[in-house]
Amino acid sequence: MKFAIQINEGPYQHQASDSAYLFTKTALEKGHEIFRVFFYHDGVNNGTRLTTPPQDDRHVVNRWAELGEKYDLDLVVCVAAAQRRGIVDDGEAERNGKDATNIHPRFRISGLGQLVEAAIQSERLMVFGD
Amino acid sequence: MSEAIKKFLYLNRRAPYGTIYAWESLEVVLIGAAFDQDVSLAFLDDGVYQIVKGQDTAAIEMKNFSPTYAALGDYDVTKLYVEKESLEERGLTIDDLMDLKWEDEDEDWAEKDSIKVVSRFELARIMEGQDVVFSF
Amino acid sequence: MSELHTVNKSPFEKSSFASCLEHVLEGSAVLLYEDGIYAATKGTAVEGKLKSAQGVKFYVLGPDLKARGLGEDRVIDGVEIVDYEAFVDLAAEHSKVVAWV
Repeated sequence: MKFAIQINEGPYQHQASDSAYLFTKTALEKGHEIFRVFFYHDGVNNGTRLTTPPQDDRHVVNRWAELGEKYDLDLVVCVAAAQRRGIVDDGEAERNGKDATNIHPRFRISGLGQLVEAAIQSERLMVFGD
Repeated sequence: MSEAIKKFLYLNRRAPYGTIYAWESLEVVLIGAAFDQDVSLAFLDDGVYQIVKGQDTAAIEMKNFSPTYAALGDYDVTKLYVEKESLEERGLTIDDLMDLKWEDEDEDWAEKDSIKVVSRFELARIMEGQDVVFSF
Repeated sequence: MSELHTVNKSPFEKSSFASCLEHVLEGSAVLLYEDGIYAATKGTAVEGKLKSAQGVKFYVLGPDLKARGLGEDRVIDGVEIVDYEAFVDLAAEHSKVVAWV
């Protein structure tokens, strides 16, 4: 079955991203397809490569990136939500005159239409939030 | 893409301004309108506060996004279900809400109400009939 | 096919659980996870709400229960304890998922 995953909260503050990760990983291991993981609201903070948790804690961002690498996942950070919260890729830095980027290379920034398209293309939409 | 049209329901259960969920949810509705799906919005619990009339955010220095709800009709988003019990629990009536209209192209652009007050049970049935439910 | 509703907040902190139960139709299922698991435990002030939901099947996510120090013996009779595999199965088996975030 084809799933779309929507994550509304950032890492560490809420369990939402952890739950979504375990759901996604389990679904993939069971042979399901994940059409897209869409990060919205504060969920865009799951896509920053600058996250540095203590060594004895899980690395929420890298864990998504590694799962993304293993299964070729489409990890999409919402552009409107990202701009508000300072999550920046090369294109956004250039457009908005920013001197740095912080998006993890395994993620991409794109529009809200990607969430709607994911809901259309998938058989189930799973929302993880606060 | 030639998929069948899906029935989308946006579940609005949060008050505006205290958190950004209501506003960013509305942004999805606006973008989603371009995808020509069968869209409905449900306002229940604190979500009914989103469409209370007379919002003025000047003194809290936040953007007043409430006028956007009035534009939904232009995006062909014309089904706004408001839960009766949620209104009553909060001491509100439909008169406290914005007068949201849409113009029916098939009836010589006749103005029609977008808001429909429904009971909790009716809303549960409306939810049952959807293909996708968005929560924010 | 019926719906799967998910609740991830404590019934003592937020109205998600109460609101979910007010909208869940007979024949549907509710999965309690994260802080939502507290609604599945015995002897609480909200236990009656779960018990009075007619024709609704309840599930609770075991890993979240265990993480919070609550043993399986604390779970209300009739509530099924599931793992993430079963969570995925439940989402696939029901016609759609409604998240009461």
